[in-house]
Amino acid sequence: MTSVSAAVRTTPRGRGRWGSSVNAATRYVGVAVIAVYCLAPFYWMLVSSFRRSSDIFETSLLPTTWSFESYAQAFDSSTMFGRALLNSLIVASITTVLALALGIFAAYAISRLNFRFKSAILAVIIATSMFPGISVVVPLLRLFSDIGWINTYQAMIVPSLSFAIPLAVWNLTTFMKQLPFELEQAAMIDGCTKWQAFRMILLPLAAPGVFTTAILTFIHSWNEFIIALSMVNNPSIQTATVAISKFTGASDFQAPYGAQMAAGVVVTIPLVIMILLFQRRIVDGLTSGANK
Amino acid sequence: MATLLLSPTFIVLALVILYPLLSAFHQSLYASESGLDANGFVVDGDVFVGLHNYLSIFTGADASRFYNALGNTSFFTFVSVALETVIGVAFAVAMNRAFKGRAFLRATILVPWAIPTAVSGLLWRWIFQSNGIVNDLINHQVLWTAEGFASQVAVITAEVWKTAPFIGLLVLAGMQMIPEEVYEAAKLDGAGWWRQFGSITLPLVRPALLVAILFRLLDALRMFDLPFVLIGPRKSSVETLSILAWDESNQLHYGAASAFSIVLLLYVALIAFVFIKLLGADIIGDSSTTTPRGSRPAGKKVAR
Repeated sequence: MTSVSAAVRTTPRGRGRWGSSVNAATRYVGVAVIAVYCLAPFYWMLVSSFRRSSDIFETSLLPTTWSFESYAQAFDSSTMFGRALLNSLIVASITTVLALALGIFAAYAISRLNFRFKSAILAVIIATSMFPGISVVVPLLRLFSDIGWINTYQAMIVPSLSFAIPLAVWNLTTFMKQLPFELEQAAMIDGCTKWQAFRMILLPLAAPGVFTTAILTFIHSWNEFIIALSMVNNPSIQTATVAISKFTGASDFQAPYGAQMAAGVVVTIPLVIMILLFQRRIVDGLTSGANK
Repeated sequence: MATLLLSPTFIVLALVILYPLLSAFHQSLYASESGLDANGFVVDGDVFVGLHNYLSIFTGADASRFYNALGNTSFFTFVSVALETVIGVAFAVAMNRAFKGRAFLRATILVPWAIPTAVSGLLWRWIFQSNGIVNDLINHQVLWTAEGFASQVAVITAEVWKTAPFIGLLVLAGMQMIPEEVYEAAKLDGAGWWRQFGSITLPLVRPALLVAILFRLLDALRMFDLPFVLIGPRKSSVETLSILAWDESNQLHYGAASAFSIVLLLYVALIAFVFIKLLGADIIGDSSTTTPRGSRPAGKKVAR
């Protein structure tokens, strides 16, 4: 698949020194505009989270007095925010592992075996990922109330599979299709069974793709909102995204903006770290589906 | 063999997609009202009402709320996807020209994408506060997070901010598969930047762009988290179909909620169908072949 650095362009146009320096200038302007666009709102959340509650409405670019007050508020025992983070971690991890476990086998079948209706099956799997979350939530909410699953982890994990599995199958299929079939064929000629060829040749080769898929699935599950909001009303089970949307704080007079911003930063930080570490993989994973 | 490998996936998908679909359709034919039946007994539970829930959506008691939600959903979807597309393509062009700071840009552009929508809702609610930074910058007091057109602007702003970079990424990946020689040839023939952009770049990234737009359309149609967190539920100016269905199910009107979610699903399917038929967006691609860089079948669409 395309790697972003592979296609460094030569100067597209502009002759002479003057032309190329204008060109360089517009290039830097472009980079600056994109950086400000993407980072300014996030920066504002970050800065606001470090202000004291008393000067939360300041508009200076840096806090006049740095303070961790908002973080202390966010993790105040009454909010159960720490617990919510743990819940998010549990739900997103289990969803990711289950989706990958099922997705690897489905992707292997689609990318390596010949059978009828193959593209129809892939189309069905992709189509399911377009399913509006609410169309899954309403009927399952009723089912889960009947069988007593409300306020359980599985009530969030099972519906999350409705978007996690298509995502995993699609990404893994794209990755596996890029791996040469010849190695496995050679191994099978040498007497490996299909299972051995899969386990000892394809799986190690596909490991980066599996890893990328895991990151994407995890991020999607971590960010999930409507399922967690509907299936759980017990604060000790709810996930972090739902918890922060319900932050009201101790005082009824004013929404605890500082605590909300601090909690928002905390929920986002794991994702930002993942981006910094795995940006190239994430971009490849996101774009490989659309650019086959 | 294939059946064995695929069946776990399909069993789970049947449980989390097919069952809800059938069940939603079934529930949409019932109303869960407790009342007195013809003999004066208290009936508690589901009453078969046929298409009554659908009738009440389109012409009955729920109609005005439904049409409002349908209008909001469509308005948010088409306006924000149009803006995202323009901004995303512009970003892709700018990123494609940048030599230095590629890694920095790539990490930067992933930030809005990775921020959970619920957090982004909070973040923009803070930015759009009555005494927040936006009102400070424009030096006007606008109540962005209350009701009315201003709140719709707030929702669209937040939505575009979060998703334009995603389109940018997909388009950039498409651009980088265009062989440099095509531009060289165009330059030799005296084509200027705009001409190159319009006659080479756009037609060649069209497949990637169409897929990106389709994804965004279908995703925006089910918009829930953002208006819910940024403005709140039961606010008529930002109520989408998803929020409406959620609100109905929250009040235990499962029949009506199911009917709403079925209508939303049909709407999503309709848009996807029209988009794929009309513009020929190719989602699955040539299912068996992977094409090497620079020799994509998309090349056939260059000729105009």
